[in-house]
Amino acid sequence: MRLPESKSRAGGIGVSPAPFSATSSSIAAEKVRTDPDTLARRGSPRLRLGIAFVFIFGVALLPRGLDGFYAVPAALLALFWVLCRAPFGYALRRMLVMETFILGIGLLSLFRPGAAPVFLSALVKSNLCILALVMLTWTTPFQEILQVLRTLRLPSVMLTTVALMCRYLPVLSEETRRMQRARASRTFNRRRRFAWVNLGTITGQLFIRSVERAERIYLAMCARGWK
Amino acid sequence: MRPRPSGPRLGFFGLRAYAVGGNILPRRRNTPVFAGTSAVHAARKRKMHLPDGFLDAKTAALAAGAAAVGVGVALRRVRATLEPRQTPMLGLGGAFVFAAQMLNFPVAGGTSGHLLGGVLLAILLGPSAAILVMTCVLMVQCLMFADGGLLALGANVFNMGIVNVCAGYFVFQAIRRSSRMEQKRTTVLAAAFAGWFGVVMASITCAGQLALSGTVPWAVAFPAMADVHMVIGIGEGLVTALVTLAVLRTRPKLVAGVRDRVVGRNLIGYGLVASLGLALFVAPVACRWPDGLESVASRFGFANKVAPPVFNSLLGEGKLSFLGSAGATAIGGAIGTVLAFIAAYFLARLLVPVLGPKEEDAAS
Repeated sequence: MRLPESKSRAGGIGVSPAPFSATSSSIAAEKVRTDPDTLARRGSPRLRLGIAFVFIFGVALLPRGLDGFYAVPAALLALFWVLCRAPFGYALRRMLVMETFILGIGLLSLFRPGAAPVFLSALVKSNLCILALVMLTWTTPFQEILQVLRTLRLPSVMLTTVALMCRYLPVLSEETRRMQRARASRTFNRRRRFAWVNLGTITGQLFIRSVERAERIYLAMCARGWK
Repeated sequence: MRPRPSGPRLGFFGLRAYAVGGNILPRRRNTPVFAGTSAVHAARKRKMHLPDGFLDAKTAALAAGAAAVGVGVALRRVRATLEPRQTPMLGLGGAFVFAAQMLNFPVAGGTSGHLLGGVLLAILLGPSAAILVMTCVLMVQCLMFADGGLLALGANVFNMGIVNVCAGYFVFQAIRRSSRMEQKRTTVLAAAFAGWFGVVMASITCAGQLALSGTVPWAVAFPAMADVHMVIGIGEGLVTALVTLAVLRTRPKLVAGVRDRVVGRNLIGYGLVASLGLALFVAPVACRWPDGLESVASRFGFANKVAPPVFNSLLGEGKLSFLGSAGATAIGGAIGTVLAFIAAYFLARLLVPVLGPKEEDAAS
């Protein structure tokens, strides 16, 4: 199991920053494929987060109706895209996640006089902002964002929570997958009601297992001198 | 969408298998059992994550401020009440919500839904811990998966963290205190209704934010969001009830909402937080609302040729005015709420038969 590593990391967040900031390989880095060689990757993560925030702030607050003006942030984004060499499919997939909501709300916003500018600007704005966020997640693994959040004095309880969440997200999804496979190999009933009840049971079981795992993690954290 | 069944299995049975579609069905033997391998994939059907660009500065700032206050209070309460032994449980709770969101529940018509999770967490871990965990989950979703906006993060935390959790938990405890049924059955009823209620309340706040920032008129945003989420909420309530029941059956002491005695003062507090949160964004837009679309239309000069002709005629002929009329929406909402409660009651009767051990075997 990978438990010991996790404990030292969790301990590092609460007490001393040193062991935590040293590691660069992380679960987050595995999930978000990053390209370490590009120019965009060389700036500090704090700078990148700041740039993304300023960009999004600027775009979201542009007044409606200045349609031609959106070319400027779009060009900036395109330039950044070239710099960090994000693959097109990656960004597209991430954008599609939000697209249903954007289109839905966009359609709702058509129900008003003078709708077209509002609709268009909302569409352009939100897509630009999402692209900027996608660029951020592409260039910056979450572990680095976590460090930035720590320097920004996020409360330690939340830091620990976020760090543990990222550490155990893959573990728990693997566990979910195993439980589903086990259930599928034992269940022969096709009725829909049982599908619901079974999934409810699996989710409940998942919760119980995560509580038990949390207890083990706490013991291991204590054993390594946490708090 | 889930992948279509492979092979030439069409026809009636293939169609049925496609429609029933749970992950446990034998037809998917050769495909990966796990429907959403990544959280991004699972996040596709999420409806309430506001992206950037829809809220204006005033609304975003207001929501962020309100969210910061709420999370700060939750943080204080967690620090005061959480034993150190439970500290890792918050992180694991967040990972649990993520993993649970990857499980797709079959809904009619081949679509599937998944959990929002706030009310479930409030029942399992307690409300202040749930607010904290939901905040962290939304933060990770925004910064790791680009899911939901950065400026809108405050609004999202406020809707899905604070309003959802507080409204759901208030209803959960209120039903548990006032019901005289057997305890397990009461808990299932309360969980089912609270899950539904929390989602609907959060969606109404979301509609209020959209209206306040001038993106969508309130007379359209409110009925659309509320109606959609009254349907989506059914799945949420069902899952919340089923999971609560499953935990209650195996490890009843883990359910904080049942274990802890809630003082009446605290209970009223949760209700107040939820309704204040609702009022913060709904009141400024709803008070201009008495006569619905007509007022909107006249105020913005609807008769002008500014609007696209399609919508102009659609609205002008009053085909959609039922959306905007206050009375109709209120009555519809009340009927929906009563129906949801009745459905929750029958679900509880179905799942927790007091005198029938047979059903219990089948369900567990």
